[in-house]
Amino acid sequence: MNRMDAVFKALADKSRRRLLDVLYGKSGQTLNELCGHLSMSRQAVTKHLLLLEKANLVTVVWHGREKLHYLNPVPIHQIYDRWISKYDRHRVEALGELKKGLEGKKERK
Amino acid sequence: MDKPKFVYSIYVRTTPEKLWRALIDPEFTQLYWSGVRFKSDWKVGSPVQSFDAEGTPADAGVVLQYDPPRILSYSWHCAWHPELSKEKPCRATFEIEPQSQKGIVRLTITHDDFEVGSKVYEGVQRGWPQVLSSLKSLLETGEPLSAEKFVIKQYLAQGAK
Repeated sequence: MNRMDAVFKALADKSRRRLLDVLYGKSGQTLNELCGHLSMSRQAVTKHLLLLEKANLVTVVWHGREKLHYLNPVPIHQIYDRWISKYDRHRVEALGELKKGLEGKKERK
Repeated sequence: MDKPKFVYSIYVRTTPEKLWRALIDPEFTQLYWSGVRFKSDWKVGSPVQSFDAEGTPADAGVVLQYDPPRILSYSWHCAWHPELSKEKPCRATFEIEPQSQKGIVRLTITHDDFEVGSKVYEGVQRGWPQVLSSLKSLLETGEPLSAEKFVIKQYLAQGAK
């Protein structure tokens, strides 16, 4: 699987997107901390983290005896550059706003 | 030591030596980093000064680690900005690791030592993904990203060297 395939595959799952949201709120969390925010089994969180790590969306750093998970936004930036910025970004943004307004809620799927 | 504030990484199809050069050589950094050029003799303890596309001094710091082509670390003080310069210097560390897959190198940037509620943190956190993506693009294709090309075009149009 090439690297970009791995990124799209990793993003194509609600639980993994939720994990990225939690890391966006606070980067550099241990597995225990992450489990505290999520209604998933520890095994499920571990499995999802591994997939995110393989896709380079999560970077792991050992800090003393703690294994910390950091959100790595670089692959998402590459998607942005490859798939969004070259199209009319302002129009895309306007459509995004329209969708948000019509649906009357913050987008989080 | 506090835990790092953020850790960004990218895989690049290149050699550790080329990636190392791309981090410090001003002729190279200006191509992917919005025209930024560094000046330093890169000895541990020596000053590092960066200049923006117009040649105005930007950030300043001190070389903390210099172990080519593996680890580079320097402190980072936003000396150019009246408000941001009040914050103590933070620290940027670059780590280059060859991967088991031949010809692939991983670059990891760790940024830490920020003040509580740091404004510098907000800025650099947003800036790195763009810089890293552009660096990868330049090393792999010989072209920086379009946003960077735009900045460089502006810079050349102004008649700067």
